[in-house]
Amino acid sequence: MNLEKVVFAFFIVLALTMNFGFYVGEMNDPLHHNAYELYVAIVVNLVATVLKFGDRTHIGAVLLATSLVADLHLIAAAVAWGIGLYMLDMGNDVLGIVVSLSAGALLANVTSVVLLVVETMSLRK
Amino acid sequence: MTKVTSLILRRMRIPLLVLIASYSISILGFVMIPGVDENGQRWHMNFFDAVYFVSYMATTIGFGELPHPFSAAQRMWTTVTIYLSVVGWVYAIGSILSLVQNSLLKRAIEEGQFTRSVKKLSDKFYIICGYGETAHLLVYSLNNRGFRTVVIDNDSDRIDELSMSDIPQFVPALVADASNSNILIEAGLFNEKCAGVVALTDSDHVNLKIAITCRLLKKTVNVICRAESLDTEANMRSFRTDYIVNPFESFASRLAMALHSPSSYLINQWLTGVPGTRLLEPVSPPRGLWLLCGFGRFGKAVHRFLTFEGVKTRIIESNHKLTRPPEGSIKGRGTEAVTLRNAGIADAVGIVAGTDNDTNNLSIIYTAKEQQQELFTVARQNHGGNEKLFQNASLDIVMERSDIIAHEILSVILAPLLATFLHQTKTHGEAWSCELVSRLIAVVGETTPDTWGVEINEDEAPAIVSAIAQGDPVSVGNLNKNHLNREENLNVMVLMISRIDSEYEHGVHYITLPADEFLLQTGDQVLFCAREGARDEIDWILNNRNVLHYVQTGEQVSEGWIWRALSGRWRVASADE
Repeated sequence: MNLEKVVFAFFIVLALTMNFGFYVGEMNDPLHHNAYELYVAIVVNLVATVLKFGDRTHIGAVLLATSLVADLHLIAAAVAWGIGLYMLDMGNDVLGIVVSLSAGALLANVTSVVLLVVETMSLRK
Repeated sequence: MTKVTSLILRRMRIPLLVLIASYSISILGFVMIPGVDENGQRWHMNFFDAVYFVSYMATTIGFGELPHPFSAAQRMWTTVTIYLSVVGWVYAIGSILSLVQNSLLKRAIEEGQFTRSVKKLSDKFYIICGYGETAHLLVYSLNNRGFRTVVIDNDSDRIDELSMSDIPQFVPALVADASNSNILIEAGLFNEKCAGVVALTDSDHVNLKIAITCRLLKKTVNVICRAESLDTEANMRSFRTDYIVNPFESFASRLAMALHSPSSYLINQWLTGVPGTRLLEPVSPPRGLWLLCGFGRFGKAVHRFLTFEGVKTRIIESNHKLTRPPEGSIKGRGTEAVTLRNAGIADAVGIVAGTDNDTNNLSIIYTAKEQQQELFTVARQNHGGNEKLFQNASLDIVMERSDIIAHEILSVILAPLLATFLHQTKTHGEAWSCELVSRLIAVVGETTPDTWGVEINEDEAPAIVSAIAQGDPVSVGNLNKNHLNREENLNVMVLMISRIDSEYEHGVHYITLPADEFLLQTGDQVLFCAREGARDEIDWILNNRNVLHYVQTGEQVSEGWIWRALSGRWRVASADE
């Protein structure tokens, strides 16, 4: 067992689970979408991105790309939430945008995990 | 991903993780720790406020703009986060700075730039291994003649010198060991534009390794090597090295040639000189007793060739143990009058100062001249920087190593036929050479001519190929007509034509100095020699069918289809009359 691999897989899977946890629930219900959860999802995603830096293999490059996509979506979601809440006074209506953006990030994170699994499987052979 | 970015990203992983951790902990703390507003109410920062506050606090900008004054708990947390974030930043910036100074990264960046600029070269190029005086001359001349060069040397000072030299084009250069095959590949050995590899390093061993590497990795590449010992030369030959330059041997053989056939020597010097420089004055070394000062590699080569020519020599050498000169040699440096007198300078006709010390060589010549005015003087110049001294010493022949190597290699690269031609001149005898010298002077005047080869094929001479294909014979005489006025001759001479012909030795027929009526064939290799600038005029004849037609017949051919059709009808009509 390689500690580096454990940490790597941990953060990638955690990024997906936090993302999913935030996404799940009624679209406009603020009780289902916690700001702390989005925050942790962003931080974990950033950490996962940095962990993927410097891998020269092709699969490493694709992994990095999916992570960057997820970061982009989640940060956009956070910025949209801030703008909607404090500048446009949209109230809970802004949640629709935030949650759908996080859904995009979720797709990217799923791809990331699938790639990770594929890579692990090919190593087995 | 390139090596450089991957290296940077890999090194920045931990500093970035530290930064992310310190920021996220700080932000989370501010969101969770409650504050008290003016009315005594509890309030929580939202994420937006927390990100804003941490952003300006962590970068030590410190606006101090807050919704409400901080509570004691918030102040405590701020103190903690200041240290946390400052440590994070210091660590990150420190890592970036040490990365910039990292020699591994510098090396990776240099190599990356080198391979990229080699890939970008759009002309044929030569890889030059070892950058000394010879290589400088070679790189300069090759760049002037439309070739590009790539330089490898393991001394970074020399590469710096290259970047500050007067060479007009950019020369990709790398500090590396050229005997490493990977370095040669990086320098473009497998690139299809790579025309050849020239090994000019100081060590025979490295040159040999380069020759072997090139031959094993790429069979078609031209390999030119410098060798200073006969052993290495034989070894290189066994690896089918295309051309080997041994400066001592080639100078000694030229000196011998000057003795037995002064005209052949002149032809050799003129045709391999740098075009545009003044032609060398004819020299005629006398026969008789020659004194050789210094019996190192140079002295030995001269001794062997002179003895072969039947010239009597006497050797002056200070270290008999090391060099083992033949019996009857004089001990001493040759810089003292006594030694020279002992060697019998009164009876001598010539002296060769061939030690590896320039000051001694000049001193030998001066002392010898004082003893005997009529002496023919030959001196070896070891360092390019002493050029002026040797020029002013009124010597008959100066042997400069880097100069000789550079000229030989240049003539091999620019006109491969020239070496064959010069070889042929040796077989024709002195009278023939004498006539050639006078013809050459008539054509080229007082400056060194431009010598180059052309193959009669679709690429290099399309006009001639199409004329021959249409049954229109082209003769050698057609080639030296001015394309603007055919009554006028160009200052051009065809030295030799080489033709594939199985009836001759090695399947090649060499026709030296073909007559004007000689007819060209497709596939012929033609060696031209011309006054500087005449080459452009000949290119017109080789490339433009109409120009060729004019110099052949004197008729101006109409260019366009309509004019050609009209003039064709007119010509038919006039023929009917």
